Amino acid sequence: MESNRSIVVGIIILLVGMVLLTKLFLIQVTDDTYLRKAERNAIQRIVDHPYRGLVYDRNDQLMVYNNPVFDLMVIPKEFHLKDTARFCNIFGIHKEHLIESFNAAKKYSWVKPSPLIKQISNEEFARIQDYLIDYRGLFVLTRSVRAYPNPIGASALGYIGEINRTQLSKDETQYYRQGDYVGLSGLEAYYEPELRGKKGVKYKMVNVRGIDKGSFRNGALDTAAIPGKNLQSTLDMELQMYGEKLMKGKRGSVVAIEPKTGEILSLISAPSYDPNILTGARFGRNYLTLNVDENKPLFNRPIMAMYPPGSIFKIVQSLVGLQEGVLKPTTTFSCNRSLVNCHNHPNPVNLFGAIKYSCNPYYHQGFRAMINQEVSSNTFRDTQIGLDKWHEAVGKFGLGSRLGIDIHGEKGGAIPTSQLYDRIYGNGRWKYSTIYSLSIGQGEMLVTPLQMANLAAVFANKGFYYVPHLVKAIDEDPELIPKKFKERVYTGIDSVHFDLVQDAMQEALSGTAARAIIKDIAIAGKTGTAQNPAGEDHSVFIAFAPKEDPQIAIAVYVENAGWGGRAAASTASLMIEKYLKGQVSRPALETYVLEGKFIY
Amino acid sequence: MREKEVQNSKIDWITVIIYLALVTIGWFNIYAAVYDEQNAASIFDFSINSGKQLVWIATALGLIVLILVADYRFFENLSFILYGILIFFLLITPFFGKEINGQRAWFELGAFRLQPAEFAKFATALALAKLMDSPLFDLSQFKFQWKALGIIALPVALIMLQPDTGTAMVYSAFFIMLYREGLPQKYYVIGITLVTLSLLAIGIEENLYLVAGICVIALFVIFSGKYSWKKTLSVLGLSAIMVAYVYSLDYVVEKLPDHQQNRIMVLFDPDIDPLGVGWNVTQSKIAIGSGGLIGKGYLEGTQTKFDFVPEQHTDFIFCTLGEEFGWFGSLVLVALFCTLLLRLVFLAERQKTRFSRIYGYCVISLLFFHFAINISMTVGLFPVVGIPLPFFSYGGSSLWSFTILLFIFVKLDSHRNQILGRLG
Repeated sequence: MESNRSIVVGIIILLVGMVLLTKLFLIQVTDDTYLRKAERNAIQRIVDHPYRGLVYDRNDQLMVYNNPVFDLMVIPKEFHLKDTARFCNIFGIHKEHLIESFNAAKKYSWVKPSPLIKQISNEEFARIQDYLIDYRGLFVLTRSVRAYPNPIGASALGYIGEINRTQLSKDETQYYRQGDYVGLSGLEAYYEPELRGKKGVKYKMVNVRGIDKGSFRNGALDTAAIPGKNLQSTLDMELQMYGEKLMKGKRGSVVAIEPKTGEILSLISAPSYDPNILTGARFGRNYLTLNVDENKPLFNRPIMAMYPPGSIFKIVQSLVGLQEGVLKPTTTFSCNRSLVNCHNHPNPVNLFGAIKYSCNPYYHQGFRAMINQEVSSNTFRDTQIGLDKWHEAVGKFGLGSRLGIDIHGEKGGAIPTSQLYDRIYGNGRWKYSTIYSLSIGQGEMLVTPLQMANLAAVFANKGFYYVPHLVKAIDEDPELIPKKFKERVYTGIDSVHFDLVQDAMQEALSGTAARAIIKDIAIAGKTGTAQNPAGEDHSVFIAFAPKEDPQIAIAVYVENAGWGGRAAASTASLMIEKYLKGQVSRPALETYVLEGKFIY
Repeated sequence: MREKEVQNSKIDWITVIIYLALVTIGWFNIYAAVYDEQNAASIFDFSINSGKQLVWIATALGLIVLILVADYRFFENLSFILYGILIFFLLITPFFGKEINGQRAWFELGAFRLQPAEFAKFATALALAKLMDSPLFDLSQFKFQWKALGIIALPVALIMLQPDTGTAMVYSAFFIMLYREGLPQKYYVIGITLVTLSLLAIGIEENLYLVAGICVIALFVIFSGKYSWKKTLSVLGLSAIMVAYVYSLDYVVEKLPDHQQNRIMVLFDPDIDPLGVGWNVTQSKIAIGSGGLIGKGYLEGTQTKFDFVPEQHTDFIFCTLGEEFGWFGSLVLVALFCTLLLRLVFLAERQKTRFSRIYGYCVISLLFFHFAINISMTVGLFPVVGIPLPFFSYGGSSLWSFTILLFIFVKLDSHRNQILGRLG
């Protein structure tokens, strides 16, 4: 009996051996989760974040740079806090916040570092630095945030922030990781691929305490970070700063373009904000504040706000009429106020006079001549044909669709087609009398301040424009900017037709916007008033100067400031003087603009 | 001269070779466990554990020589005296021992530390063998059962005072020897039933399921085969005891200290506390599991080297082997142990005296228990108990005690023909 039992003992030994080998086979060979866990344990992938490219203005003045900030990291396994109150006091953190961050860190990893306090500023860091040695399991990670030497240009420069879930899921290149910073608006977003550079990766081995145990496979898999490319913006920082000062306390836009290149000299959205407040740890809180501000500082007015073009559109009407031969410089219409209202001026007027005096009835009649060219005997059909032809001609001025500026969010405005009226009134149930408001830039027509400034550039260039853009060169190489910014876009209007228009625009100033006139600089300009059903009309003015050799084309919108000859024209004039002469010689006008009660 | 040659030739070289293989592999593994690439020391460096282990190995070889040249009757004659000495040491350890990790289990002798509980294992084995040597000793009788149990229980009780639950548990291994020597099977049936029931009671959250299961089996037993009142009553009685046991177990488990409770619960769900109690098992499984089929290569392991696995050179030494040599390494190790154990069974069965055979089975029991429990614990099949892997784990006490344990048997085996048979 006992010797049988020896066989049982032998069998048990073999069985246990087999059970152990089976279990070992299961975890060692068939299940590879342990291998992955082992790698996660011991191989740390350290991302080397590159420096984001800097942004300079057109005169090589620094506009955006990187400022180091410090993340206080914690390794939960090593961090033991005895005196919480003292810790909170030193590091300037609320107890609840500390507990919350620490719990999050523990949840992420017991042995790997997680941020405890994010984005400590340089000054704060200097203060807490000495206390760090008192605490085990804490160390500091340096990052950089954007910083702006002058608090200007927010609407053009944009901001960066943590990448959101949607962007992450759209990122097909798998470049971004949760927590990465990415350009969210303005140049930061549009030139993100250039500015961001390329992340480097280091693989290193760490022990259980996270202590460096050397590089993995002798660094064969490591890559170095490549810093982002610098941008040279087209903006003129001095002009931008001056313009923002003038627009302080107002709501509106200023867009200044160099006509012969399409380079935007200044892009102002008022009210604006100091771009420094949307950096680093302050981003979240300040963004919320800006977002709920009733004056909508985050709304990029120059490219997003749309207004009826008003009287300024009469210049486009004149040019289209001239090109089609419907209007001639000598064409005369009487100022018949039974059609549309007008103001006192000599009567009747020719085309020059019509521009100079901004005569409404002239364009009512002139536009009818353009629309109803009697191509079809059916009046309704004839109006449809005429409108679509006109729509095409106007579209070439960059109206009714996006120009393609190098920041996101641009609106295209609206220039109606026959389909629009067909939809509203029914096919063949509308005619010129339905759409005549278009003749003077009212009605179903919307443009953005950018498009208006571009119009000024078209008038200055006598018939063409470059797509307005904000970047001159990437890493000092002008060839790297998108091709479309280097190609002339023709409006289809012969340059001969522009002389009359330019002369009339120059003449017009003395009548409608005498404040805008600058001694020894020939300015051509046109006032406008964008009707605002909700309140006081918006003040609009476009201009370019000097007339003989235009260096600057500008559009100014001041919301609810009434007639364009006042607030908008004065601002534009000061901007032109500032740009062309470097300083302003008319302090009275400056004070008038700065203190003007164009209050919203 | 001739007699000495005869004696030498009788040493079981298979056992000796496996022993040497295990000790050598173990030594290389200890070096791998403490190896630090950035601060690489030689395997012979006495400031690191592999160097120290070399000293232990050398002295262990010296002990082997001493054992082999000693008179074989020495061990049998001194059995109770050795047992007495070790019991004395166990008695005084809780008072004079050095406290490490809340246990007073060590004696400090200059630079060396010795653990009496380790040496008590072979002393108890000798005492048991001596006690049961008599042909009149019959394990089917109560009074003999109590005597054997007494010999085992005394050191267990003293070790529990240190307290060192793991080492105390080791003494339950002697039930393997007792089984071979004829302890009635019913004890094992009861024991296995209780263990199974305990595992089920802890593993299955709702006791009612378990109770329902017991009832179904009871009804099946009652109504299958011949029906009798006696059978029904005894089955019902047993079932009632089992149900009571299930419910009382929950109560007992709740009364256990938290760390012991968790060590048990981790078996069923290693994720209940991956950073606390689950840490050892989780990290140990990661280290072994990441070895794959052929391992990462010698000294290339990352988990053990970078201290993710605690106690990597002592109780969790198997992780280093599993990580660096993969499943093939595990296979070699398990095969070596199984071969050794089966060889020892063979040797024990060919003994001509009860004393040598019983002692042989004590050796088998202790080695098997350590081997099975240690590896089961590293792969999460058994709760974490601090017992070493024989011949492998770093540490002088354990290497010495296992060496003495094994080689006394090798010595006895080599003299099996000289011992006048008192076979039982």
